[in-house]
Formats: sequence, C-alpha cells, structure tokens
Amino acid sequence: MEYEVVIGLEVHAELSTKSKIYCSCTTEFGGEPNTHACPICTGMPGVLPVLNKKVVEYAVRAGLATNCRIAEYSKQDRKNYFYPDLPKAFQTSQYDLPLCSNGYIDIEVDGKTKRIGITRIHIEEDAGKLMHDEWDTASLIDYNRCGVPLIEIVTEPDMRSAQEVRVFLENLKAILQYIDVSDCKMQEGSLRADINLSVRPVGQKELGTRTEMKNLNSFKAIVRAVEGEAKRQIEVLESGGTVIQETRRWDDAKGVSYAMRSKEEAHDYRYFPEPDLMPIVVDEKWKQEIKDSLPELPEARKKRYINEYGLPEYDASILTASKALADFFEDAVKNTDNAKAVSNWIMGDLLRMLKEKEMEAEQIPFPGAYLAKLVTLIDKGTISGTIAKKVFEKMFSQGKDPEAIVKEEGLEVVSDESALVAVVKKVIENNPQSVADYKGGKEKAFGFLVGQAMKETKGKANPQLINKILKEELEK
Amino acid sequence: MELYELTVHELSDLIKEKKVSAVEITKSYLDRIEKIDSKVGSYLSVLGEDAVKKAMEVQEKIDKGEAKSPLSGIPVAIKDNICTEGIKTTCASKMLHNFVPPYNATIVKKLLDDNVVIIGKLNMDEFAMGGSTENSYFKPTKNPWDLERVPGGSSGGSATAVAANLTAFSLGSDTGGSIRQPASFCGVVGMKPTYGAVSRFGLVAFASSLDQIGPLTKDVTDCAIVLNCITGHDPMDSTSANVEYPDYTKALVNDVKGLRIGIPKEYMGEGINPEVRDAVLNAVEVLKKLGAQCEEFSLPLTEYAIPAYYLISSAEASSNLARYDGIKYGYRAEKYTDLLDLYKQTRSEGFGTEVKRRIMLGTYALSSGYYDAYYKKALQVRTLIKKGFDEAFEKYDIILGPTAPTTAYKLGEKVNNPLEMYLGDIYTVSVNIAGLPGLVVPCGFDSKGLPIGLQLIGKPFDESTLIQVGYTFEQNTDFNKRARIGGGL
Repeated sequence: MEYEVVIGLEVHAELSTKSKIYCSCTTEFGGEPNTHACPICTGMPGVLPVLNKKVVEYAVRAGLATNCRIAEYSKQDRKNYFYPDLPKAFQTSQYDLPLCSNGYIDIEVDGKTKRIGITRIHIEEDAGKLMHDEWDTASLIDYNRCGVPLIEIVTEPDMRSAQEVRVFLENLKAILQYIDVSDCKMQEGSLRADINLSVRPVGQKELGTRTEMKNLNSFKAIVRAVEGEAKRQIEVLESGGTVIQETRRWDDAKGVSYAMRSKEEAHDYRYFPEPDLMPIVVDEKWKQEIKDSLPELPEARKKRYINEYGLPEYDASILTASKALADFFEDAVKNTDNAKAVSNWIMGDLLRMLKEKEMEAEQIPFPGAYLAKLVTLIDKGTISGTIAKKVFEKMFSQGKDPEAIVKEEGLEVVSDESALVAVVKKVIENNPQSVADYKGGKEKAFGFLVGQAMKETKGKANPQLINKILKEELEK
Repeated sequence: MELYELTVHELSDLIKEKKVSAVEITKSYLDRIEKIDSKVGSYLSVLGEDAVKKAMEVQEKIDKGEAKSPLSGIPVAIKDNICTEGIKTTCASKMLHNFVPPYNATIVKKLLDDNVVIIGKLNMDEFAMGGSTENSYFKPTKNPWDLERVPGGSSGGSATAVAANLTAFSLGSDTGGSIRQPASFCGVVGMKPTYGAVSRFGLVAFASSLDQIGPLTKDVTDCAIVLNCITGHDPMDSTSANVEYPDYTKALVNDVKGLRIGIPKEYMGEGINPEVRDAVLNAVEVLKKLGAQCEEFSLPLTEYAIPAYYLISSAEASSNLARYDGIKYGYRAEKYTDLLDLYKQTRSEGFGTEVKRRIMLGTYALSSGYYDAYYKKALQVRTLIKKGFDEAFEKYDIILGPTAPTTAYKLGEKVNNPLEMYLGDIYTVSVNIAGLPGLVVPCGFDSKGLPIGLQLIGKPFDESTLIQVGYTFEQNTDFNKRARIGGGL
C-alpha cells in the first residue's frame, strides 16, 4: 500500500531581546551558571512578573511576517508542571488567546509553490538547564535561561515530506532572521522544533494517529527523524499493528526513536489565566507601527534581485535564503554595477569556501565591498581571472582588501608591450617545434605558446596583448 | 499613660515636639513584647537590638530634620508573609521556616523610606489560609481579650499586636477577610484597600487576584496615615493601579450628612449572631442620627460568594504554592528515593493540613474535565458578584454590614470543621472577589465583653469615603476608646 506522511511542526525560537520576558536579567547566552538570574526569574516567594514590551513587539513582528492575524486582546496563562528546571513550577505561556493566529508561509519545493498554514504564534518563557554530569550523586541547575523569551510557532499539518519540512524551516529561519527577532542558532538551542507526524493510506481523508518528537535541533536531525518516524509508522501499520499516540525521543546518533510517554501518561497542565499579569492589548496604532518597521522579507527580496539585477531565480533564492548572505550581496552591489559577477563569485567560490571551512554566512571574513573591488579589478583588466582566484583565496584567509593584496604582491597585469615582446621572443626561441607546428597549420599550437607566455609572466600578462604580440612575432 | 498605649499620630506629635525619641518608643514596645507576648503569641520574630539601633539612626535623621513623615520613628510589625530583606519571612510554614528573602517587599521599602522602625514579624495562618491563626506551623496566637479564644485570621498576629499594644501599627494581608475579621475579633481598625491600590510585590502569594496588603491600626486616623504611605502605583506589580492616590488624611472629617448607606439584607439574616446583629443595627442608628440615609437592599448572590471564593483562591494557591518543591530554598525532606519522591515527601511534610486541603481543592478545580464546571463557573459568579456591587454603588456611597457572623470563638472549636470555618468568611469574601476596599472599625462588645467590628465597603479606590464614615463613627461613639485597653493585658 502507498502511504502519505502528514507533518505539523511546533517550533520554538528564542527572541533576541536584550532582557528576559518578566525581569531585567540579560538574555545573553553562555554566562557562568546562575549569573544571569534574579529573584524574579528564579521564582522566589513574593516576586511578580512584569511583561517585557519588546517581547510582544517581536512576536507581533513574527506574526506579521508570517501573514498572521494579530489579536487585539490576548492573555497569558500558567502551564503547571513540576520539574527542577522550572523554578515557579509553572511556565507562563499563552493558552486559548495567542498573540498571533491564522497565518501562512509559502514555500517552494520542486518548482512548485505550497502554502503551509501557521495555526498560531504565542509568547512564553524558557526554562533553565539541568546538568547531570558534574557531580556523581546530584544534578546541578543553571537558571540563566529561565525567563528567556520564546515564541512558539505551531503549523497546520500541511507538510507531506522531510523535504517540505526542511524547506519550511529554512524559510521560517530566514524570515525570523530578516525581521531580527531571533538569531535562530540551532546549535545554541535558540531554534528548536517538535515534529507531529502521522501516516495514512494515500486517498484516505482522516488523519492517522500521530506521534510527537521532541526538541530536534539541527535541520539534518529533523530530516532524518521525519524519515525514520514515517518509516517506523508505516512498518507498524504494514505488520498489522496500530500507531500509539505518544511522545517520542529521536536519537539522531543511532537513527531511531524511543517512546517517552503515552497519551495516558501525558501531563494535565491545568492551564489557567496568569493572575499576576494584565491582558495584552495590541491596538491598531501599535500594530501599524510594527508593520511599518518591518524590513523587506526574503520573498520580496528574491523578486527584487530577479527584477533589479536580472539574476536567475535559482541564484536569487540562494542569495536571499540567509539574511547575512543577502546583506553581503547588497553591500557588494552597492559598490559595483556588475551584479551578475558578484552573484557568480558568491554562488561559486564563496559558498564553496564557506562549506569547506564549515562556516556560516555571518562569518564571511571580509565585507561585501571588498568583493565589489575584486570584481572591478577584473573588469578593468587590472588582474586576470586566474590571478583573481588567488586574490580571493587570500581575501578569505586574511580578510584583506583585494587592492592591497594586488599591490603588495605585484599581481597587476603586465601591459608593458616592450616587456612582453621580450617574453614572447623567449617563448618562440624555446619552443621551435610548436612554432613549426603552428606554421604548418596546427592552430592548437598557438594556444600552447600563449600558455607558455602566461606561465613565463606568472599569469600577470594581459592575455589580449600576448595574443597580439605572438601573432606579430610569428608572422615576422 | 505608657508610650505603647498611644496611637501613631499621638506618638508622631510627641516626636515632633521632641518630647520623646524614637528609641524610647521602640524600647517601650520591646519591653511590652517581652512582658506580654508569651501570653498572646503575636510575634514569630522580634528585632530587639536591631530595632533599637534602627530607632537611633532614625532619631538622628529626625534631629537633622531629614525624617518628617508622620511615620518616622514609629514602630511597625509586619505579617510574616511580607518579604523583609535579611529578616526571616516564614509564612508561618515549616516549608519556609528558614527562608530569609534577599529583597524587601515594595511596601516595606516605602515604610523604610518613611523611616519607620520594624520591630518584628507576626504570626498568621500558614500561607494566610485560615481564619483563626491556629494553622500556624509554629504556634497559635491568642486573643488578648480572652486568651482561650482565637484572634481570627489569617492576620491574627497583626490584629493582636495592635490590640495588645505590642506595636504602634501593623501590616496584614487580606485575601478573603484576613485583615478585617481579626480586626473585628480583636477590636482594632483594619483596612483592606482596593485591589491594585497597594503593591503586592514581595507579598508571598496565596491567591494573586484577591490578595491585598493593608494596615491594622488603633484608630481611623492612623489608618489614613499608613494608607498615605503604602498606596501607590508600583511598576514591579503589573496589577498595581496607575491612578491618582489622594491624601487620605483629608478624609478625616466628622460628617456623614446626606451620605447614602446600603445594608445588604443577606448580611443581616440567617446565621448571624444576634449580638453582632444588634451592634451593627445600633451603628446604623448612630449614622442615621448623624444625617446619613440608611436602607436595606438585596445583594442576591451572597450565598455563592463562598464557593466561588474557595474555588478561585484555591486554584490560584495550588499554582502559587507549587514552587515550594524542596529544590531551591526552604524545607526539603531528609529522606527520598528519587525526584518524584523528593517532591512528595517535601510537600507532604512541609505543608500543614489546611494548606494541603486547599492545594488539593485547587488542583482538582483546574484539572482537565473539571475546569469548566468549577473554575470557569466560579469566574462567572465573580463577574456577577462584581456586577451586583456595581449596581448597588449606583444607589449607595457605601455598603455597611457585619464583618463576621460571630465574635471570637474558642481555640480548637472549629479546627476540625473546615466548612464551618469557611462560612465565617461569608461577609468578607465578596469584597475581595469584587476587588473593593473594606474598612472595619469597632462597633460594640458582646455579652462576654468581646469586640464586634463594623464593616464598611466602598467603591473601587474610594477608601476616602470609608475613612470619613469610620472616622465620624469613631468620633461620635465610645467603642474605639473602650476597645483601646490593650485587651485588658
């Protein structure tokens, strides 16, 4: 039987506000344990939360950027459960009246556009971190992350493959980075996804029983988990079994998932309205202000690159997939008219180098303006294409201005005719056979001789000039 | 006359006239505590040396003209659920028996800014749950008028400390009557301000949407003086109201002419002790003679107030008290096998019976499948009760009635009957549910000589009218004077 996989996501993104959601502690990642914590975020008796307005603003930005309806009136609720990383024993979240709802993101897979629904986006606080390895008999708790603001983005069960999940997450990540609400660093846990997945025979209308996989923190792990879980569920059904509604943990190293708890064991979170906080009101004026402050989003930028710079759609989508890369591109094209050449450099050498060095676009070691300079050096004929590749590598390894590299290393194209005549004469003298071949009608030999002359000048000779001189000398 | 017998305003005048020093006043109270408190049991901790030292510092400021508040140099004692930096704040619970907050509640900051002298922390029902102060983990507090009787609760220590002249004034908290009922039982003045008028930051939460800090004082003038200090918007408390707060002493006016007073007939009917009823009716006569217009009216949902109150307050408490898990501070069980067992043992051993009862009730009310029938229903009742008051306040300037159905009962009399204990809150819980201010002033004594308190209920943020009526009543009767005998101790 053929099966269809149905996937919905719950994505948690840490917001990049300076301070926490209910107190003034910093949200900075990686401080010494419990140095970014205060009586409020550690839930001491008698303390009260005060909502950070920026958190609402950031969540509304995310909502507007994903075509959501923004609630004029929403509230916060307590989600009650006991765990040592949750000092109040409840997480302040939003239950039935989230800040944003009914949105969507359009994704492109295999050349087709697909709309993925966003059910809701709500704000909540992060929990602390348990450390089990430091002592033998006890666990330690670091409350630094307690109260770091999160948005939870819940999608409709609109995805049908690991590929769609990956593209959706890439788009979502790009949007959140573009609007500057989250740095989306998966390795630091600032972007995490839970996967709700079920399978059903193709053509069946009702959804199958779903499982939830928790806290996946790399795109690769997510793709593998989706594929692995779909396979597992299909195997269960094929062998006559039934899928149990449960929460599972994906072990990416082993490539298998384990049952964590079944529906029966699920927590009763006893949600109720947080009485220490007032309802959140986002009036039309504030909403409009936030809307007006939104930057150009990836989709719009991509279209602009195609129209304004005449880039192919493929190039435009790669360049805009990461805000850092797109910003780099814009920095470059501000300084040269040759956008196509800039795009080629980025799509080719730059992305290859980043991949080789396992670096992100944020870590490009030189500004876009330097790439523009490199392109200009080539366009003006100051350096050759071959030399340019060498200069680029130096720019990447040393972060230096290409003009400085060319000057310091004397890489300018030699266009001094008298100097080149001497070189050509020497090449003719040293390669009598090739000269004879050429004169005998073998055109190929000419190319060889040009190559020898370029080699003699270590690639710095102006190739057009070499061509001209060689022709003249051979005809003498 | 001993210094400890005087009111805040009387002491303040003496300080200003340089007739006494803050140190003398503090010592007078400390001596009195030393002599009397072993009988009453108001205090959980007394700041002897520290208080004297503080009084000396304050006196220096007074001498330099740097401390001019009417509260400067005045001793205060604070209910033990209000956080005091560096001073144990136990909520009268084993769970927090060793908890020393590293911060002050906003109102403690405000008091210290006015140069008061904190002399100690006061006993209460554990986590403010109870009406008799018998639910304290440490000890029961006794009513100074009859040491075999309860002082009321949960702010029993706060009421007895004022009644027995063990402090000049005190602060309590009121979630369902916890300031007003003990004020009534002990013959002192107690005010629960409008919800949002006094910051809750640093008040250990019982039921967040109902809790409010308020003063217990020897007379209405003191009440106005303390309100001036503790009310006001606090950015640290999101539920604190950002409104204009008046000078409450301006309301100390001896006049009730033309004032419209409503008396809910549901407060005067079944269940009320006839002596309490007579005292309230007598108060109505007094006010009528002074020119007020008094009439009975119906507040129909009164009978639903108690169930709604116990559902809402217990639901919030079940969540507010979840943080006492033995992980971070306070009590932790000595023996446990794993994490779940650590929680179970700690919470079983650390909380008293009444607290556990309410946590269970609240947990149940919020559970999936029961939420709509209990918690949500209670919120609907809350809305209707509020509406009932709104309508009443279209006709009346204040509402008047008894504070509690009875006077102080015997220790142990109701400990095994929680439901009967809960019914004692019938006249007070609605005020919390609707977020209104309520003032209690002495209005008589029963045949055993036990005080009876009159409850005045006002419009939101209209504490001033309550003060005016309370003050007028106080000026035109001798109940306050008769109540000011230190409980006879």
